[in-house]
Amino acid sequence: MGHQLLRAIIDGILAGGVYALMAVGLTLIFGVLDIINIAQGILVILAAYLSYLLSVHLHLDLFLGLLVTTPVMFGIGVLIQVLFMRRLRGRERTSMSLLASYAVMIIIEGILYLSFGPDYVTLNAWYVNESLHILGFYVPYIYLFGFGLAVIMVAALYLLLYRTTFGRSLRATMQDRTAARLIGIDINRVAALAFGIGVGVTAAGGVAFGATNAFNANSGYDLISRLLAIIILGGMGSIGGALAAAIMMGTIEAVVDIWSPTWSVAVFYIALVLVLTFRPQGLFGQREARAQ
Amino acid sequence: MRLHRTRFLPIAAVAAAAATILAACSSGGGTSTTSASSSKPIVIGASVSLTGDFSADGQAFQRGYNLWASDVNKAGGIMGRKVKLIFLDDKSDPTQGSTNVQQLISSDHVDLLFGPFSSLITGPTATVAARYGYAMIEGAGGAPAVFNTPSNKARHNVFDVSYPIVDQYDPLTNWIRSLPAGQRPTTAAYPIVDNPFTIPPEQRAQRQLEGVGVKTVYSKVLPAELPNAKSVADQVAATGAQAVLLGTVDVPTVAAFLKAFQQQHYNPKIVAATAGPDQGAAFIKAVGKSNATGVMTANGWYGGYDNPQSKQMVQEYIAKYGGSPSDINSDVAEAYGVGQVAAQAVKATRGTDQAKIISYLHSGVTLNSVQGPVQFNSLGMNMKPVVFVFQWQNGNYAQVLPVGAPGSGQILFPKPNWGG
Repeated sequence: MGHQLLRAIIDGILAGGVYALMAVGLTLIFGVLDIINIAQGILVILAAYLSYLLSVHLHLDLFLGLLVTTPVMFGIGVLIQVLFMRRLRGRERTSMSLLASYAVMIIIEGILYLSFGPDYVTLNAWYVNESLHILGFYVPYIYLFGFGLAVIMVAALYLLLYRTTFGRSLRATMQDRTAARLIGIDINRVAALAFGIGVGVTAAGGVAFGATNAFNANSGYDLISRLLAIIILGGMGSIGGALAAAIMMGTIEAVVDIWSPTWSVAVFYIALVLVLTFRPQGLFGQREARAQ
Repeated sequence: MRLHRTRFLPIAAVAAAAATILAACSSGGGTSTTSASSSKPIVIGASVSLTGDFSADGQAFQRGYNLWASDVNKAGGIMGRKVKLIFLDDKSDPTQGSTNVQQLISSDHVDLLFGPFSSLITGPTATVAARYGYAMIEGAGGAPAVFNTPSNKARHNVFDVSYPIVDQYDPLTNWIRSLPAGQRPTTAAYPIVDNPFTIPPEQRAQRQLEGVGVKTVYSKVLPAELPNAKSVADQVAATGAQAVLLGTVDVPTVAAFLKAFQQQHYNPKIVAATAGPDQGAAFIKAVGKSNATGVMTANGWYGGYDNPQSKQMVQEYIAKYGGSPSDINSDVAEAYGVGQVAAQAVKATRGTDQAKIISYLHSGVTLNSVQGPVQFNSLGMNMKPVVFVFQWQNGNYAQVLPVGAPGSGQILFPKPNWGG
């Protein structure tokens, strides 16, 4: 049983890394812009398809391909912000963002269906099906790389937010838009860049998801509820919280799977409710940060 | 309580209008008696999963229906009447499927109903159809849960042209039981996704194999939406089961299991799945040709099926969509077969009267389809099903069981190693 439990914990932590890669962009966008980006799931799938194209047609390594897909996704993010989100103002902005991003999701899904059809595909590379044998466990390289990338990304976003002038502008916008504007911060530019970065980092989530799952244009639906649960548990806007919550989700589910897979998701949501009962702002969220 | 006159009159008027509308709907639906000589097209409605989890199957179904309609219309229609198809997307959701069927009957006034994809959606939609007296001729609702609904037991309106799925693993389990004890797998695992399509055949196979001493080392029902198949697959791998019979309904779940098995350096002697490997090129795209080799599934049809009607359909499909016979999803044939059976019923009853069609299909008559002969019992199960076990062999979808059946080739046993 000890071995089984340890394997489940390893599985959970590694799966958490994959989910963190997909969720950090979502929490960043909410943290800065108060926008709940329902399109995050389909953006992960879009990123996975971009990696698929580069891998199949240009034989580009999946992680090397991020040098191309990340800027492309960044551009798409800026475009979405300018076309759909910028005009959302006032007290209803957050709720209206749900509708706007839902529209974005439907549009992207339709384009992907038209372009790739309904068949499932998966990303391939030598490390996708190979594993590292360590202490009696086979640990797949793709999950190891994904987890490492998640840690690096969280650290990089932390540095960006807390150690750069741009980060200070972002945080100022996050805390008080009006005051930020008064001290000369170009709110529109910051918002577009923040959205772009949030979508740009999703490129890594696309690789991790696409290499660990078969996907088609519809796969985004299954993702979004889990990604939202992760950022709520971690604390909306908290990047480190997204990683911690994703690991918690993965671990709880993998451990419960040992006894009853049908209960694994339910137990995670029960844990989520319990955490929110005692910490409504989530594990790492700051209550005052949202009070604008 | 007394109703006030001024309130009662509008209520009575609305009730009368509603009764009139219902009567009109009723006459336009289940008891429709369009004459055979009418030149109006025969309008056929189908709720199919064009989006959602079953979109790959749903779109394959749509292709099958379209191919059949195109063939019928090219040949001048059914008794001189062209056929016209109306598709509504159920988004892989049973509730939406029921709404769609309601709309097809009461708003679109279709002459015939064709079934959706999967037992999960066919069951509830057939219940709606029964309410209006419509026959539900379908090709992907073979679970006992579809036949045993109270509405079908009362109205007998379900007709599944494919095989009843409960015994789909029989050719495989019979073959395993026939193996010498030294070659037979000693342990087996049954990870089963919660779905009316998967549980009955998995449970039956488990009972049969336990009967010859194959020890069950894993048997669990998994949630319908399985968020992390890897952790479950790793547990199965840890059991070291020599046979794994997956109860799955789609490609991504099978793909996730196979990927995890490979990552765990776990290669069972037998890997089979209730559905997923039957999706032709779609399965190979997701799993890869080399990793698919050795994986088995049971089905009633494949691209190389030795049946003249099937050969004709395969030829037409390839001409229209490209690919090879192995690339064709079996859903295409299931859908095409629905059309064929419906056409024979319309011709025999000389119209689209639903009561006559239901009565005819229950008459014990044997009908033809690309999947072979069709004859329905009182609950609409096909009593003349042809069930084979297929195995992917280097990109070819090969019939391997029953041993000695026409078309059965050599089975790869034990399953070659991953990538082999």
